[in-house]
Amino acid sequence: MHITSPHSARPPEPRGRTPRARAGAALAAVATLGLAGCGSADASEEEIVVAIVANPQMQDAISLQEKFEEEHPDINVRFVSLPENEARAKITASVATGGGEFDVVMISNYETPSWAENGWIENLQPYIDQTEGYDDDDFISSIKSALSYEGDMHSVPFYGESSFLVYNKEMFEEAGITMPEQPSWTEIQDIAARLDDPANDVSGICLRGLAGWGEVMAPLTTVMNTYGGGWFDEDWNPTLTSPETTRAVTDYVNLVQEHGQAGPATSGYGDCITLYSQGQTAMWYDATAMVSTIEDPSSSNVAGQNGYVPAPTMETDAAGWLYTWSLAIPSTSEHKDAAWEFVSWMTDKDYIQLVGEEVGWERVPPGSRYSTYEIPEYAEVSEAYAEPTLTAMNNATQENTFTYPPPFEGIQFVAIPEFQDLGTRVGQQISAAIAGQVTVEEALEQSQAYAEDVAAVYQRQDGE
Amino acid sequence: MTTDTLAPPANPTDTDRTTRPARPGGRRARSAALTAFTWLVALVFFMPVLWMVLSSFKQEADAASNPPKFFFTPTLDQYAAILNAGTGEYFLNSAIATVVSTLIVLVLAVPAAYAVSIRPVGKTQDVLFFFISTRMLPVVAVIVPIYVVAGRIGVLDNIGTLIFLYTAMNLPLAVWMMRSFFQEVPKEVLEAAQMDGASLMTTMRTILLPMVAPGVAATALLCVIFSWNEFFFALNLTAVNAATVPVMLVSTMTSEGLFLAQLSAASVLASLPVVIAGWIAQKQLVRGLSMGAIK
Repeated sequence: MHITSPHSARPPEPRGRTPRARAGAALAAVATLGLAGCGSADASEEEIVVAIVANPQMQDAISLQEKFEEEHPDINVRFVSLPENEARAKITASVATGGGEFDVVMISNYETPSWAENGWIENLQPYIDQTEGYDDDDFISSIKSALSYEGDMHSVPFYGESSFLVYNKEMFEEAGITMPEQPSWTEIQDIAARLDDPANDVSGICLRGLAGWGEVMAPLTTVMNTYGGGWFDEDWNPTLTSPETTRAVTDYVNLVQEHGQAGPATSGYGDCITLYSQGQTAMWYDATAMVSTIEDPSSSNVAGQNGYVPAPTMETDAAGWLYTWSLAIPSTSEHKDAAWEFVSWMTDKDYIQLVGEEVGWERVPPGSRYSTYEIPEYAEVSEAYAEPTLTAMNNATQENTFTYPPPFEGIQFVAIPEFQDLGTRVGQQISAAIAGQVTVEEALEQSQAYAEDVAAVYQRQDGE
Repeated sequence: MTTDTLAPPANPTDTDRTTRPARPGGRRARSAALTAFTWLVALVFFMPVLWMVLSSFKQEADAASNPPKFFFTPTLDQYAAILNAGTGEYFLNSAIATVVSTLIVLVLAVPAAYAVSIRPVGKTQDVLFFFISTRMLPVVAVIVPIYVVAGRIGVLDNIGTLIFLYTAMNLPLAVWMMRSFFQEVPKEVLEAAQMDGASLMTTMRTILLPMVAPGVAATALLCVIFSWNEFFFALNLTAVNAATVPVMLVSTMTSEGLFLAQLSAASVLASLPVVIAGWIAQKQLVRGLSMGAIK
């Protein structure tokens, strides 16, 4: 650029140069876009991209991918592994808008029915039926039905979980307390009060209090259900201020405030795992998946001294939740057959055997297949928790955990797209109540108002 | 540049001396207290970094222990795990996105800043406001349109997309920063150059750029830091081919199980390049400040 005469004085440049400068900037931008255009895949082998949630069992799958690639030399697997919240947001955005980055996605029984209805994910039943030895009747029945839409499985379970209550046997023995076989929440409150020992930094119980539909609202919803309350009645009327729900929430909030862990409003699953495995709480009600950490001597001080009982109940026979991380193939995938090869490998009986032999039997992804519980090596390592886990999974149906037939799918969640947002906002109210910033009644009234907005949509749909 | 016509400001210590009797002991105590307080504040701010480095040498159980452990058997397991997990690609992607976008930003921002500060036209103020207004919208508000557009034109999971976005993200800031440095340049210097017959390019290369070198270094450092640490675009727009270091960091976290030690090790590795870049730019800053007519 040599347009200016060196002797010209300060006044502005001739106007003629501005368009050129602009052209320069535009060129640079085009050059950048041009860069953006490049990037290609190796044509000789098929590459599939798998988006998964970064939980320990999934990390094991990543470490075992070589085994898959040995069996399938023409398929190259690449993983995107993110924590739950990030993974869920990313996978939802990609699948809903047809972004098409992924050939396999890890979703749950929350997404599967509605995504199947929207046609976002492939019907896997034809693939299942064509795959020899892939025994889909071996999937735990409550899980299988939760992942089916119109009778066909649209995602297949990698592992499943319910919820139960773990307790520290040594602390119970020292205090001379016996845990009932099927405790009620009233009994749990009483035991928590007796074992609460703030002087020694031991709390009676650990319960999630962190805001979020997948944090405090998961255990709390099961408590609401077993008290006879819940989110919506049969006609989609919100019931967050009903006497039953109010009692459930009041009991939960009081229990965690009075005999729970320190800083309850900000503790989630991860915090309770740490506290329980360090022996700083006597009981913990949470996901059955906890066993992989608290029974692992390398990460837990209480391995081998834990007792397990079903989720505490009040008005129902059972109260545990049902959750599963499962694999689905987005409709946008251009490598569906290769994707199924991988999905079926990761959810097959042989994979369980492979994990047991290569990584260790305590690391096996639990709660997906009945046959897992028949493997002698697994039965041996899981002696303390296999039976309670399987019982909890089998009982985790709406019939067992609700006092009325709800108009939605799900136990600890309402399987509608609006629930992520609703659940999180209600969770913030509950968290504020646990922190003592608002009363339970105030929190529930605000929550009821949120739920009414959502309910209106479904009441209209039902009316049509 | 009229300060030389004003009387120098009164020295505050002189005022102290005239209004208060000298109490050297008291002053020394105050000074010591201030030093101690400064140390305390510095330590409080440094503590998280120190804790991150310490945790990166722990086993997961030690990192999660409560009360926190200051004494433990150090291990390199976490670093080994991170390095064995194929993190090279993440670092390469981050390096490409950061270096290329910073270079483009500088190439565009320096002439732009020259134009708006030394040769302003009628609507320069509006242009400047437009530049900065592009930073007023929260990124989260535009991520869905960006995602959908990128998906439609097939540039998801592409490092070029990140370079383009990081350039756009840093450009307004760079123009504003460079503008303030150009404004510091005395007009007389430019006039003298013109009198001597220097062309615009010569003036730019031999007079202006050396004078604003600290500004260029500071701007480049800021662009490097912002691009290197950028998480939101990287998380949403990349998958396997273009994922950057911040995405790698978050992938070491898990909602079930312990991850603090490994995350700390990954964080230490991730912050090293930025620390080094800062160190290099710092030298440049000092050198730039101690030379030229601005001194």
